[in-house]
This record gives sequence, structure tokens and C-alpha cells, in this order.
Amino acid sequence: MTGIIKKIAQINFGLLSPENIRNMSVTKIVTPDTYDEDGYPIEAGLMDPRLGVIDPGLRCRSCGSKGGDCQGHFGHINLARPIIHVGFADTIHKILRSTCSSCGKVLLTDSEKEFYMGKIEARIKNEESITDIIKDIYTLARRDDCPHCQQEAEIRKNAEFMIQNSEEILEEIGPDLDADTKKKIEDKVQKLVELEEKRVSSGEMDDMEPNADINAIKDATEELIKVVKDIKGQNDEVTKELQELVEPIYQEAKRAQQRTIQEDIKIDKPVSLVEGNYKLTPSEVREWLEKIPEDDYYLVGINPKIAKPEWMVLTVLPVPPVTVRPSITLETGERSEDDLTHKLVDILRINQRLKENMEAGAPQLIVEDLWELLQYHVTTYFDNEASGVPPARHRSGRPLKTLAQRLKGKEGRFRSNLSGKRVNFSARTVISPDPNISINEVGVPEMIATEVTVPVYVTEWNIEQMKKYIENGSKIHPGANYVIRPDERKIRVYDETKESILEKIEPGYVVERHLMDGDIVLFNRQPSLHRMSMMAHEVKVLPHKTFRLNLCVCPPYNADFDGDEMNMHVFQTEESRAEAKSLMRVQEHILSPRFGGPIIGGIHDHISGGYLLTRDGSVFKEEDVFQMAQKSQLPMPEPKNRDWTGKEIFSLLLPNELHMVYRAEICRKCDECLREECKNDAYVVIENGELKMGAIDEKAFGAFSGKILDSVVKEYGTDRARKFLDSATKLSISGIMKRGFTTSTADEEIPREARDRIEELLSNAEKKVEQLIEAYHNEELEALPGRSLRETLEMKIMQVLGEARDKSGEIAESYFGMDNHAVIMALTGARGSMLNLTQIAACVGQQSVRGGRIERGYRNRTLPHFQEGELGAKASGFVHSSYKSGLDPLEFFFHAMGGREGLVDTAIRTAQSGYMQRRLVNALQDLNVNEDGTVRDNRGVVIQTRYGEDGIDPAKSDFGKVADIDRLIEEMRIKAKADK
Amino acid sequence: MVKKDILKHKLVPDHVVLKKNQIVKVLKAMEVHPEQLPKIKLDDPVVKAIGAKEGDVIKITRNSQTAGKFVSYRLVLG
Ligand SMILES: [Mg+2]
Ligand SMILES: [Zn+2]
Ligand SMILES: [Zn+2]
Ligand SMILES: [Zn+2]
Repeated sequence: MTGIIKKIAQINFGLLSPENIRNMSVTKIVTPDTYDEDGYPIEAGLMDPRLGVIDPGLRCRSCGSKGGDCQGHFGHINLARPIIHVGFADTIHKILRSTCSSCGKVLLTDSEKEFYMGKIEARIKNEESITDIIKDIYTLARRDDCPHCQQEAEIRKNAEFMIQNSEEILEEIGPDLDADTKKKIEDKVQKLVELEEKRVSSGEMDDMEPNADINAIKDATEELIKVVKDIKGQNDEVTKELQELVEPIYQEAKRAQQRTIQEDIKIDKPVSLVEGNYKLTPSEVREWLEKIPEDDYYLVGINPKIAKPEWMVLTVLPVPPVTVRPSITLETGERSEDDLTHKLVDILRINQRLKENMEAGAPQLIVEDLWELLQYHVTTYFDNEASGVPPARHRSGRPLKTLAQRLKGKEGRFRSNLSGKRVNFSARTVISPDPNISINEVGVPEMIATEVTVPVYVTEWNIEQMKKYIENGSKIHPGANYVIRPDERKIRVYDETKESILEKIEPGYVVERHLMDGDIVLFNRQPSLHRMSMMAHEVKVLPHKTFRLNLCVCPPYNADFDGDEMNMHVFQTEESRAEAKSLMRVQEHILSPRFGGPIIGGIHDHISGGYLLTRDGSVFKEEDVFQMAQKSQLPMPEPKNRDWTGKEIFSLLLPNELHMVYRAEICRKCDECLREECKNDAYVVIENGELKMGAIDEKAFGAFSGKILDSVVKEYGTDRARKFLDSATKLSISGIMKRGFTTSTADEEIPREARDRIEELLSNAEKKVEQLIEAYHNEELEALPGRSLRETLEMKIMQVLGEARDKSGEIAESYFGMDNHAVIMALTGARGSMLNLTQIAACVGQQSVRGGRIERGYRNRTLPHFQEGELGAKASGFVHSSYKSGLDPLEFFFHAMGGREGLVDTAIRTAQSGYMQRRLVNALQDLNVNEDGTVRDNRGVVIQTRYGEDGIDPAKSDFGKVADIDRLIEEMRIKAKADK
Repeated sequence: MVKKDILKHKLVPDHVVLKKNQIVKVLKAMEVHPEQLPKIKLDDPVVKAIGAKEGDVIKITRNSQTAGKFVSYRLVLG
């Protein structure tokens, strides 16, 4: 498919204006009823036929298309009174708080405004987010006075008027006053005049506190009035006259000044806005928002091209088409309406009553109550889980699922229908193992194979085969479920339709035939953490009900068979099949890009089997060898007419020119390696594809560390490696079956003498701990550098007890030989570890919580069985017993504490690493490595000039390195020796 | 405080301002527009120290764990 990649220039999120809503509406909805008695939808009702059709038989009255093709049309409800939209209540609150209640301007001075506008414009030009600027504005503009308001001008006018009048009065009545009083009044008036002059000259400077001068004027007037009042008794009439004249002016000034103080706006969730103590009605809120000048829109975070703040208060409500809220007819013939329809009925009913009451001039109280109720219904129509509102309920008591509930959460539209969808041609079932199928294969139950299909184009060459599938029908296995005609009509294959299909079928038809052996499918196990979690397998149709998989692919999927389920997807196009076959096939993923070694490989019995087969002294009768070779799908070897060693048998698997040397897993890491003379059979040498020495174990073909497997992939390709692995595992299983392999607690049995030695060792250690504690109490202990005495003691005790456990383990180990099956498993890397065995046989050792000995529990002691402050081994969680001998109750309790911590830690770790992985994936998903080796994102921007700086594909590297020089040299040495 | 030459610090890799003709060569070799290169801020201490200007391309040679030496280019932005 070819496509044009276009860059999205911008996405605008805006508000619908009342005008928009009316324009897109096909009808006004007024009646709260849906259907009449005859079952026909009522005009101007919620099921008005103009809102669209669902019934495929009918035609839409608005657009004329048939049901199913018509996507529906909106209607509208004219609300009797404005209603606040819940979704915007918070935004409205913030806007009201930062604008002036009387002039509507943002409460910023002109210079602040200019500063922020500059910032916003720059951000918009650079296509950057302005949210942090808007947040700053919201904080700064939370003032209690308006720097712009005309109220200021009003006060000024009043003050001027007052000065003028006072002067006139003085002139008029002046002569009657005594000189002293006259002087006083004159002084005050003079002061007023001065103040006013100063204010006029500096009034335009916005860096000045805008109300400072007004306050001064108010103070001055107050003083003037006081003086006037003092005149009382001297000349009653004059005083009165003066007072009458000055008083109203003063009052006016005072009132005007009070008005400029902006009351704080609080929000009472979800939609009530309170100014001081007065609850604003939605109408008042809308009027306020309307007052905001367009120049200020950007400052409160609104794009004037897209929205107006007053649109956040609804005057008209869009009614979604019936396709959005289809009604269901129950078997009883009863109609059941969608939750949204129920909610719209409520809205319409109250809206109607409100309108009637308003028109009838009902008391304010009743109108307000109905208004509240309408607000409630509209609120719950949008969001029925809004805080502070009781959810609207269905008659049955179930809360209604309204608009927000349709989108939100895990079951919402986004997470369950958009980010994740159900897919066709997929299957899911329990998995179980099948050692007989190849790693490339997957066993598919017949039940699934007859359900999921592959589309096949009918040609003249395959028409006969296709006819056979159709004849088999959908029930018999290699059959067909559907036939698609050239006109794209899909016909189900039934017994009744078979005949007519067979007659008509010709090249050009497509047959959806059953899944068959050899089909390529995608196989997946969640969590899909790396690319090996989805690999392409070849189908092998098998009886029973589980998916079968080869044990070697358990590690990449991280699968086991304790009830794990997996998914399968069937490819539907040739391109996808081809791509999957070359990129996603299991054999292409033997090497992991995580560490440059095999992640697919032998596990468990494959490993112990390989060891039993190839260890020194293991010989097989020739007839057994032929049997094993046959079973492992190996070519029949030349007869030797003698017994075969296991190493000779294993050599049948190896490519002829293979040369290798490595130290096996069973290597004891001797101080000086004896190489070819190794007593443990751990020095593996392969010359010309012959296993000369060393036993096969995890290092040979195990998942995560198989060196031979790694070499085969890198030298001979994935196909050879797949065959090697398939045969090697089968050969190992034959080996283990010939020898017999079992384990039980008897494998962890040690003689009495060993137990005595361990007992002595442990009691000595415990004694030593007591001595340390005594030394600590006598303050004879010497602190280690940088540690307190207590810490020193703790470290020394841990060291003594740790050593004791290790020594006890060594004692037990010395009685374990390679004839012990548990030991074979531990040492070859098949399963379990030496630590597991010695904990079972000898001593479990110290339990820890938070990385130290156990201290928590009761006050100053772990359990009431101990003395306060007791520090001994037993009191702090040292488990002296072995698992086999059994733990005493105290030990058991400490062991459970340690075990619990382990569980909690893993739970937390998976959650944390899961989220970290998610963030990484989201950040890196669009990056790719170009042909020139650069790493680029989807815009072509260079992220790295060379992938990983060295351009190495880690999956093709040698365990992370470009090449392992030492290994190459040693191999060349072997090759030279062999050639000689 | 004594002002140190940050370019001599062991953690600061080698930064070189490319000449016009070198830029053309690099861009052509990698088939990129200058805007597709990684960026470096004009107020980056090293950019200031070597006196690069907006629009310059800087060649940075670092020691690499995987490749020994690693060369990358950055466009100076304001
Ligand atoms: Mg499981
Ligand atoms: Zn329609
Ligand atoms: Zn104002
Ligand atoms: Zn060795």
C-alpha cells in the first residue's frame, strides 16, 4: 500500500456556539414523550424521525439514505434559562476570578497585559504550549480591585464635584464662620484639591497602586466632614446646610470605592459559583462572561477564533441522534430506552415546566427551584459521576451511564474501543507442551482450525481443491466456511447452499478455507514485553483443545503450562504472510537482541538428558543408537559394529566443519584449569564436527547460554540451527529415556556423620555469635571504620552466620556426586541450584527483612519468646534447621517474614518496571534505523548518527561484542590441530 | 572564583565549528536538512566558549563505550 505522509498542521478544540448548535440541528425538540399509543415516534419528540434511522428498511427523512448508511442528525433543545456546563465549571471559575465584575476586563494593569500578550504571541508563533503562562495570569489576576474600571472615573468625577461644591459653600457661608473654623475647612479643602491634582497628573501611571489616591481622597473627605460636624453649636443652620451638601457626596465616594473591591469567587462543586456570599445565577455568570472584551480572551486561555467564554454557559442543548442512543425492543415487545434518552426526557420535562412557570409569572422561589433542577439534570446528562451531585438513577436503582461514563475508564470508548479492539481471525486457548513438533510449529486444535480461516483466491489450478473444501463444508476439517463472490458478497457454506456454490464457483472467487498444516500464523503470549513475544509459527492441526508448543520456545514467551493461555492470529494477505515468514518466524529469533545469544534453546530435561547422553563412560548399544537417531530425525549413521559412546552419538548432530572450545556449565572453576585434562569432563572440544571431549549441558544448547547453538546460528544460519535444536532436544530426551531419570528427597539425604559435622559447625558459629554479643556489651568490640559499634556487631554476626551456612553447604556438597540426579540438574543448569540442595540437606540460613537480620516485631524483640534487646542468632531469624529436617515454629515464622518480603518486592518491581517500559516504548516507538545506519524519527530528524554508536545489531553480535577474539583464536588453534 | 577553561575538562568532548563547505559535505553525506540535525542551544556553555553562532553546525567527537570514538553533529539554535 502506498500512502502520502502528511504532517498535521494543527488540531483545534473549540466550543459549539448556540448558533452552531442550532445550525447543525435538524429539528427543535419540545415534547418529553417518545412514541404515541400506536408506537409511532412523535414529531418534535426525542425519537423524531428526522434525527436519523436505524431500521435498514426505512429511509432517513433528513438525508434520504437508508438505515445503516445514515449516521444520524442532531436536534436541539432551547433551554428556558441558561445552564452551566459541568465540564467547564472549573474554567468558568478561574475566568471569573481573574476578570472584573463590572467592566469584564482581565485584572491586569496595561503593562502586565502587554508583557503577557507578548509572551503568549511568541509561544503561539513557536507552536508551544501557553498553559503555564495562563496559570501565571490566573494567579496574578486574582486581585481585589480593577485597574481599568470606569468606576475609577466615577469617583474622580464625584471628587471633583465635591471639591467644587465645598468651595462654593465656603464662599457662601464663609463670612458667618469664625476665622479658626474657616481656616480649618479651607485647609481640608485645599488638601483635597492637592490630592486630586496629584492624582490627575499621575493617574495614568499604572505602576502606582490604583486605589491609593482614591483612599486618600476618601480620608480627606472624612476629615472635612469631621470638621464640619465640629462647627455644630456655632452655627446650626450653616452646619446643617454644609453637612447636607457634603454628606451625599461623601457617601457616593465611599460606595463607589467599596464597589471596586472585587469579592472573592468561590466554586461550590460541581457548578455553583459564589461571589462573596451571593450565589450567582447561570444568567449572571453568562452576562459576566459576555462582558469580557475579545482582546482579553488570550489572557484567560481562550482562542477568540474558536470560542467565546459565554459559550461555556448553555442556552441551547444539542440532542444527539437516535443512532447514538438506540432503543432496544425486548422479547416481550416492550421498548427499553437508552440511558441518554431517559436523561433527555427529564431535561425536557423540567425545561417545559420552567418555561410555563416563568410565563405564568410564578413566584421567584418556584422558578429558582425548577432552574436548579434543570441544572441538575443537564449536569448529570453530561457526567453522572460529578462530585457533589447524587448520581441520577434508573428505576431499578442502577446509576445511569451518561456521556462522560461512555468515554471514561477501562470500559470507556477510548480504552476499550479505540486503543484496543477485538480482532477477527484470532483464537485463544490454554497451552500445553509437545516435544514432537518443531520449534517453528504450533499445534492448533481442530476446533479452532475449523473456525478461523484463510482466504484463498480461486484459480484454474486450485479450483478442484477448493471444491473439495466446499464439499467438506464448515464442519469437516479441511473445509471452508465462506465463499466470497467477485461482487464481494459473502456466502456462508451450509449443507443446503453447498450445491449452488459448487455450481457457480469459478476463478475470481475467494474461498475462506479452514486453517491447515503449514499455514503461517502469529502466536503471542501477554505481557508482550519484547519482540519474541509475538512470533510466526507454522500450523499443525492436532486433536484436543489446547495449543501445543515446543518446549524450546517457552523462554522467549516466558510460558509454562500451569494454565497459561496464548493467542493466535491468522494472516489474511499474501504480503503479511511473506513478511511474517521472513521476519517473524521462530527460527529467526533464536538469538535475542537483548544479549546477543540464544534465547530459544533446550530447557530442563533437554539439558540433563544431554549430560546423561554425553558424559564420560556413557555408552549405548548400536541398535539403541539407530533407534535414537531415527527418533531425532537424523540421517542413519554408518554402522560401527560396536557400542557407541554418547559423544559419538551427539556428534551426529554437529555440522561437519564445526570447531569449538568452551568450558561447560559443570566446570568447577578450578584455580588452574587443566584444559584437556579436566577431571570433571567440563572442557568441551569439538573438532571437525566431532565432540572430542566434555559433556553436553546448558552451555551447549540451553536457552540463554547455549554456545554450540549460538555458533550454529551464526555460522550455518537459522534453518540449520532450527534443525539442530529440534534434533538435539529429541536426542537428549531419547538419552534421558534410555538412562532413566528421577529425583526425590532421597537425593538430598546426607549421612549421619555429615549431619553431626554440620551440627557442630553451626553450634560453634552460634557460640561465636554469643561471644561477639558479649564483647559488644562489655564494650570490648572495636568499631570498623565508618561504622557504629552496633553496626559493626551486626556485620560481624552476619559474616559469622553466613560463613557457617556456606561451610555447612560445603559439607553437604562433599557427599553429593554426579550419580545424584538432583545434583546433575543443579550442576548442568537444568533446574535448581546447589544452594537449593544444601538448604534442603544442611542448613537454611539467615532470613532477612530489608537487607538485614530481622529486628521488627515486638518492642525491642522480635517475638515474645525472647528477652528484650536479645541479639542472638536464633532471636534474629537465623534458621539453623534444614528444609528436610523441618523448621521449628520460630524459624518458620521468620522464614515466612522473609518470604513475604520477597513476594511484595516482586509485585512492586513488576508494577514499576511495567510503567517504565511503557514510557520508554511510547518515547521510542517511531524511531527506526535507516539504511545509512542513522537512527531517525518519523520526521527524518537524526537521533543518532550511527545506531548504538557502533552500528552493531546486538542480535547478531557475539554476546554483545562485535567479536570474541579469544574464542576465535582458540577455535583456529583447534582447527589447525585437527587439520594436522 | 577562578574561571576555568571548560573545554579542558575531561568530561567535555571535543567541539569544533564546521566551515561552510564542510557543512555542505556533512549534510549531503547524511542526506539531511540542517533542521533535521540534533540541536544545541546558543547559551550552551561550550557553544559560548568556542564562540559558535546561530546556524553553525558543531562537530562533536566523543569517546564511546561501544565504538571507541563517535562523531555527531549539532545545529546551533538560539
Ligand atoms: Mg504460568
Ligand atoms: Zn439521515
Ligand atoms: Zn473593571
Ligand atoms: Zn575444569
